[in-house]
Amino acid sequence: MTERLLDVTVNTRYPYRYSCGTIASEFFAALRDEKKILGRKCPACGRVYIPPRPVCGPCWSPTTEWVEIGPQGVLECFTVVTFTFLDPMTGRTRPVPYGYGMIRLDGSQARFQHFLEESDPGKLRVGLRVEAVFAPERKGSLSDIQHFRIVE
Amino acid sequence: MARRAAIIATGQTRHASRRRDVNIVELIHEAVRACLEDAGMRPADIDGVVIGNMEHFEGVYNADLWAVDGVGSLLKHSMKVTTGGTTGASVAHAGFYHVASGLFDTVLCIGWEKQSDGDTTAGLIFQSDPLFERGNMAGAIGTFALAANEYMQKFGITEEQAALVAVKNRGNACLNPHAHLRKAITVEDVLASRVLARPIKLLDMCPTSDGACAVIVASEQVAKKKSPNRPAWFKALATRHDQPFNADLPMLIGMRTLTEAAREAYAQAGITNPRKEIDVAELYEPCTFAELSWYEALGFCEPGGGGRLVESGATQLGGELPVNPSGGVISTNCIGATAMIRVAEAALQVMGKAGDRQVPGARLALATGFGGSWWSEVTILGAEESP
Amino acid sequence: MDREKILVSEQVLQVPFCYSAGGVVSRFLLGLAEECTIYGIRCPACARVYVPPRATCGRCFVENTEWVPLSGAGVIETFTEVNYTETVHPLPAPFWIGVIRLDGADTGMVHLLRTGEGFEPGIGRRVRAVFARKRSGRILDISHFEPISSK
Repeated sequence: MTERLLDVTVNTRYPYRYSCGTIASEFFAALRDEKKILGRKCPACGRVYIPPRPVCGPCWSPTTEWVEIGPQGVLECFTVVTFTFLDPMTGRTRPVPYGYGMIRLDGSQARFQHFLEESDPGKLRVGLRVEAVFAPERKGSLSDIQHFRIVE
Repeated sequence: MARRAAIIATGQTRHASRRRDVNIVELIHEAVRACLEDAGMRPADIDGVVIGNMEHFEGVYNADLWAVDGVGSLLKHSMKVTTGGTTGASVAHAGFYHVASGLFDTVLCIGWEKQSDGDTTAGLIFQSDPLFERGNMAGAIGTFALAANEYMQKFGITEEQAALVAVKNRGNACLNPHAHLRKAITVEDVLASRVLARPIKLLDMCPTSDGACAVIVASEQVAKKKSPNRPAWFKALATRHDQPFNADLPMLIGMRTLTEAAREAYAQAGITNPRKEIDVAELYEPCTFAELSWYEALGFCEPGGGGRLVESGATQLGGELPVNPSGGVISTNCIGATAMIRVAEAALQVMGKAGDRQVPGARLALATGFGGSWWSEVTILGAEESP
Repeated sequence: MDREKILVSEQVLQVPFCYSAGGVVSRFLLGLAEECTIYGIRCPACARVYVPPRATCGRCFVENTEWVPLSGAGVIETFTEVNYTETVHPLPAPFWIGVIRLDGADTGMVHLLRTGEGFEPGIGRRVRAVFARKRSGRILDISHFEPISSK
């Protein structure tokens, strides 16, 4: 048996076109056109969800109503990412360090994961008020919110 | 009513960060061969196969179709099960259901992963919601960092307490010839290791490994007539899913899916005091903080008490309830196999075949599986048949 | 909701893979790259010669051990002309692919067929491997199979 071992490298590029469906489309359109963050409300339990979803899992009830939430909220947990990794969405490593956390937006019971403007862990703590910063050019996707900044 | 079933044999590869000496089919074959040898069986004795991995990592799908030569599944009933991190346990559960149904007697169950053939963090992206999570997730590391911070904040868990998990598990791995990382470490080593995403440091986190693991699930008749090993009887199986987004859940604070799956499993097995009644546990701990949180969810201690439990030494080999004598996921993580390895190691404990990592007299063993987004599987194996 | 208001999230996911070939496949690929030779592997129990080779005979569940250098000539078992282009295809349309049963092999092998003047691919037609000028240990070190003109 040969001592020489080969590797076969394959750089794949998978193109996808995900249909956002009705509800996510309305959510993204509101980000893009109105700089508004919309939560989706369950009529049975009253819980306001973000990300929006067509059905409330615990109630098995279709969600019916949009409720404007945020743009401020409370930082419930966070980290500063310092390891580099290949981001397959861009094909490049994501620049580090960067802050990233879970925000409970005002008016919503659900938490929302997104980037933070601050990348110094010394300046971040649970309980901080943060506010969404919208990208100047928006396309109807989650990146229309660029990140959350600390509210003084 | 379900028939009784037991695990009668196990087989594992030599897990490593990069098994360049084998391709995917050969890796699977190594575990299958070891398992068949452990059973004293050949492919002709197997009447069904269940196989799974987490397909994003290799970018190859349907190994059930093309790994046939290595599996020994030519012209056999074969089913693929792939459930992310919990794959290995799901495969074992599916094997149980095949046999318990009465329709199969001897089912070969294989979990495998060739992590080095792909990029793990990039591969994990495919598991996330395409519209809402892909753009900002930072792999398992980022997610666990968020979860750990919240957990520490709530209960005062410290990085030192988490480090004790790594020290324990990596020390145990030195007793396990299959484990990937087999070098003992100290608390100081963990605390000084490179910060990946605070508070997760390199030595808090599992490695990525190439490896495969197989078990044979057999009916009572086959187990009693043909098994060269003491059968490890299935006493309980349960799985639970929760809401879809990481941010929906408190994650490491009272992990609902594990609590609920454990509740059901304990009821099935007639366990009322898990800490006293379970002899050994193999938990799927992707990072140190997770193991502390799983102690709480499994009822080994009160909520928030995970740090104190590990400090007490109760979960060390030789302690009241040894956890992860195999070295756990912190020492070996071939994702599609990892949850199967927990089940196989639990079986080895019940069989009395766990070598240097054997918990003396172990007769009731618990294994958990974990997968994003935060869903759980619990398996309980015992030396006594169920009534 | 208006169909045109439904948004589409376009994502191109780029993931690099680096598959370990393992000992047996490495030997095969090195045979292509360095010797311009297609090797099959024979099962010691049933004597089937597999190409491309594999470590285990699926029928016998034993390790295949004996390397068999093949001439590279064989017969078309089936073929088709692919008339549509995809980025993942090896060539733009139209191109021919077929299953070739190499002389001395017990399994067929899928590869590209290049048509020549006066040659129509057909089941039973004889073809021969043509190697690429630049080879690196991949299946496309065999560029294609070309017709052997009948004498």
